[in-house]
Amino acid sequence: MRYLVEFRDSEIARRLLDEIRRVTTGAWVIMEVCGGQTHSIIRHGIDQLLPDEIELIHGPGCPVCVTPIETIDRALAIAARDGVIFCSFGDMLRVPGTESDLFAVKSEGGDVRVVYSPLDAVRLAEANPESEVVFFGVGFETTAPANAMAIEQARRRGLRNFSMLASHVLVPPAIEAILQSPANRVQAFLAAGHVCSVMGFWQYPPLAEAYGVPIVVTGFEPVDLLDGIRRAVLQLEAGEARVENAYERIVRREGNRAAQELVERVFEVTARAWRGIGEIPSSGLRIREAYAEFDAERRFDVEGLVSHESELCRSGEVLQGAIKPHECAAFGKECTPRSPLGATMVSGEGACAAYYNYGRFVPVASVSQA
Amino acid sequence: MTAPLDFESWSCPLPLRDYPSIIMGHGGGGKLSSDLVEHLFLPAFRNEALEELGDASVVAGQAGSIALSTDSFVVRPLFFPGGSIGELAVNGTLNDLAMAGARPRYLTAGFILEEGLPLAQLAAIVDRMAEAARTASVAIVTGDTKVVERGHGDGCYINTAGVGFVPAGVSVGPRRARSGDAVLLSGPIGDHGIAVMSVREGLTFETEIRSDTAALYPLVERMLEQPEMVHVLRDPTRGGVCASLNELAQASGVGIVIEETCIPARAEVEAACDLLGLDPLSVANEGKLLAIVAPGAADEVLTRMRAHPLGREAVRIGKVTAENAGIVAVRTALGALRVLTPPVGELLPRIC
Repeated sequence: MRYLVEFRDSEIARRLLDEIRRVTTGAWVIMEVCGGQTHSIIRHGIDQLLPDEIELIHGPGCPVCVTPIETIDRALAIAARDGVIFCSFGDMLRVPGTESDLFAVKSEGGDVRVVYSPLDAVRLAEANPESEVVFFGVGFETTAPANAMAIEQARRRGLRNFSMLASHVLVPPAIEAILQSPANRVQAFLAAGHVCSVMGFWQYPPLAEAYGVPIVVTGFEPVDLLDGIRRAVLQLEAGEARVENAYERIVRREGNRAAQELVERVFEVTARAWRGIGEIPSSGLRIREAYAEFDAERRFDVEGLVSHESELCRSGEVLQGAIKPHECAAFGKECTPRSPLGATMVSGEGACAAYYNYGRFVPVASVSQA
Repeated sequence: MTAPLDFESWSCPLPLRDYPSIIMGHGGGGKLSSDLVEHLFLPAFRNEALEELGDASVVAGQAGSIALSTDSFVVRPLFFPGGSIGELAVNGTLNDLAMAGARPRYLTAGFILEEGLPLAQLAAIVDRMAEAARTASVAIVTGDTKVVERGHGDGCYINTAGVGFVPAGVSVGPRRARSGDAVLLSGPIGDHGIAVMSVREGLTFETEIRSDTAALYPLVERMLEQPEMVHVLRDPTRGGVCASLNELAQASGVGIVIEETCIPARAEVEAACDLLGLDPLSVANEGKLLAIVAPGAADEVLTRMRAHPLGREAVRIGKVTAENAGIVAVRTALGALRVLTPPVGELLPRIC
């Protein structure tokens, strides 16, 4: 990982900051789409170092956060069944459903396992032919290829006991939904670098043109983020609205064609409800009919789910950039990473968790160099 | 990664051969229990006090203050690159004593064994405990064994308690940090936590990282040659440097600010943390210490630390402030300040 050093270099970062300060004349609102970017911005304190005229709004790009509560409740119901091994990425375990979370299901005897790849779940299915192995497939375009690969592999190996509860979401429709919202304040976007590494950025020029917003494909290290912000500000100041790639070391315009073809083969585009935001047309992926046997939603009949959100939680407004996490009355009080009311407080990529974990609720006096 | 342990070639003394694994009877207090003591624990830990096999061990004392500490060890897997639950059980409790400035002398060892644990594994663990105790010149003077049914434990849990003697003039404690003090760290962080995670079930992460488990008193002894210079010692185990500094800021009612660019961590550990979404500051260590020292003494204490193998890479990482009492702040490489909140911890695999 030594190759990352230059992208964390504080000298280069300072030069970028200086340039941003020098060229900024107007007040600009920029949204970083991806939760990984939010996390990095707060961790490194980048938002504090920008000129006051620039406001960063944290976007909805945290898959854990936007997975609908109905899907979480469905996962909890499946995971609690006898004979099911329920596999998930770690940060889904604490996401609150209506009554409970996967940790609680586990402590009550459910066989819930953290895996680091969907292919681990396929291997588990092979090793445990007497159990039903279900993988909780959430994520943006970034995790979709690996999940598609898992379903393909399960078919190739003739597994009859593997299925996936898939709840994939797509970035470009979400950006468009934000731009169409009457309350929208966002004037430029930092597009999510990892999503673009898979999907490319050929989908963005029509958006930039139709809505007159600069879109800059941006990475996750401090230097990446500052360069993305710098390019967005330069466009805003010049009255331009183009798509730029500030993450060239990873992202190509066409993206990863092989991954896209795999996703296309296994999944199809569908309307999807986003937690805290509502239904967005053509904004999700579901498993195609041809792979129906691997679709946990069809395989497990879950009835009688009654889902409802915490009344205190304002994560929807946070996800849409209408409020900052600490402006929610429950932030850091009723709602903490230990007992989250909403998903944005759970995931490492959630804006509320980023604010909480990096202490944005306590004022720190400026302290001289140690 | 270390070569897999060769349990097969371990030859078991005769009476234990009848049972290649722990059975319930080994905890029953009868013949099987005493076979275990006689043929496994005694040969490994051999010392006069233990060989008496009394209900309690009587050992030599010393004038002045004594330090007591106890800790329980529930690590999975039992063996990992650079160590095992055996070294952890000895070094962990010894280090708790050392962080009070005490020279460790005696240990007790309580084993909770799961039915079915291969005796060869228990023997390997006990051997490593014995070796760690010998290295630290400490005697394991009494012990206990219980057996729980299969499925009721992760093979082997160990509790150790330790006794140490505090040299005259030494007075270190978590409440003694004062505004202006310097914060020192004895070496690169995160090795133990990442080493354990790298071999945990389901995590196929390849790494050369080895646990840093070590008994720290020899380093502490150097640092305390002028005891008034050192105010606080703490070994950043579970929860890492982040949890330890927060505890100290709370206990002393002071603020602590550390410089992100000064925190040492191996490139492999940083890469693993990046992949796993962890902050090295929150990852466990088993052979590192934090020291808070008087303002003018930092350079001298650092020199002493660097002269010892356990402190060769020691650095100054920050300072104690009067402002922001109870809060730990990190100055990022870019110059912004962020608060270092104590880790919630549930998602970190259980590592010690």
